[in-house]
Amino acid sequence: MGSTPHEMTLIARPRLSGHARLQWDPVREQQVILMPEGVLALNATAAAIMALCDGQRRVSDIIAVLSEQYQRAVDQDVLTFLNRLLNKRLLDITDE
Amino acid sequence: MNKASNRPLGLLAELTYRCPLHCPYCSNPLNLSSYSDELTLDEWVRVFTEARTLGVLQLHLSGGEPLQRRDIVEIVDQAHALGFYTNLITSALALTAAKAEQLKKVGLDHVQISLQAANAETSDMIAGTPSFQKKVRAARLVKALGFPLTLNVVLHRRNIEQIGPILALAEELAADRIELANTQYYGWALHNRAALLPTREQLQQAELVVRAERERLAGQMQILYVLPDYYSRYPKPCMGGWARHQLTVTPNGNVLPCSAAAQIPSLPIENIRLRSLEEIWDESPMFTRFRGTDWMPEPCRNCPRKNVDFGGCRCQAFQLTGDAAATDPVCHLSPHHALVEDVVESVNSATPPAIPELVYRSFDLPTT
Repeated sequence: MGSTPHEMTLIARPRLSGHARLQWDPVREQQVILMPEGVLALNATAAAIMALCDGQRRVSDIIAVLSEQYQRAVDQDVLTFLNRLLNKRLLDITDE
Repeated sequence: MNKASNRPLGLLAELTYRCPLHCPYCSNPLNLSSYSDELTLDEWVRVFTEARTLGVLQLHLSGGEPLQRRDIVEIVDQAHALGFYTNLITSALALTAAKAEQLKKVGLDHVQISLQAANAETSDMIAGTPSFQKKVRAARLVKALGFPLTLNVVLHRRNIEQIGPILALAEELAADRIELANTQYYGWALHNRAALLPTREQLQQAELVVRAERERLAGQMQILYVLPDYYSRYPKPCMGGWARHQLTVTPNGNVLPCSAAAQIPSLPIENIRLRSLEEIWDESPMFTRFRGTDWMPEPCRNCPRKNVDFGGCRCQAFQLTGDAAATDPVCHLSPHHALVEDVVESVNSATPPAIPELVYRSFDLPTT
């Protein structure tokens, strides 16, 4: 794998890296991302974002869906969260 | 406390202490032959099932060498079915193409391969057996199959000057992560401490290289660098706190907060063949004695860092002072700090003592 970009763009189509896995943790009652030597617990908003990261939708689509759902601007929340995952190399991105 | 907040995330399953390598810093206990009554596949599945119920998400399959278990593929298969993120920590000598493919097929998630140095000569000398070429071949195989790859390198005075070439090799192998961990002095490493502890100058050089390479490889390879606690002012936050996030099960089913904890004589050994994992985690002195901060003596008790480093390492405190409840002597505030300082000063003195020969890990500790 080559180097990943450092900043998420609105046209990117993110999905969870093949090195990581998203699953429900019944003990802590939350979604978690499992990765090499790490566990990332997701709150409800983060879980909603991840559910839309399917490698098809663009970041702008994800923002549109969630803005509608939460009835507020979620641009910054989405970008901040996705950039955090990007820095941990937890996302695969296509942006053509 | 909410029960879910006090549940372990990781289980270190030491499947066997058999190993083709003889590394003189091995963290396994010295009395290896006492652990030959290994848990069966069915018993491990019971451990795994109980661990999942307890909240464990990450399963580290280690040893010794986990590939020495003839049922390793079945073990991974069952662990994957239970929903763990499975992590194989291996010397990779027995990681053939066929074995790697089988492991991929049954759902192994991540592979960690140990490297002893940047070249065959040093690496084979430290491992005590020809192994370097096989490791490099296995690392390529792991990447070709699409696994995330971590390389694990234990640092000491014989290889710490090779960090640059080690990182170049890791880059060429397209490793996703590398752990450069200075030796922690337990088990065989404590026995070989005088031959392994690096000098201050070696450490300063190492840090410069790590800093530059981290910047160069940002976004491509994650570089973890673990400082040697003997040179620190404060102790390491050992295990992130005693019995807080992790537990270890040894080849014969002993359940411990960490691999080194069996040596503390005031803590009765718990075994999975006699009690459930949940009972042991919640109730046994082995797990509750040093959990939290209430057990702390001074100077930890009133220290502002007590929730940062948790008093350091109980096993190190026991090894060096004979008292497992003492402040880790690595801490400059410990009344026993001279025990560490003297060792460090000896290595760095203008006329250092001769470096002793390495004692290689084996099933019978040579008498000296």
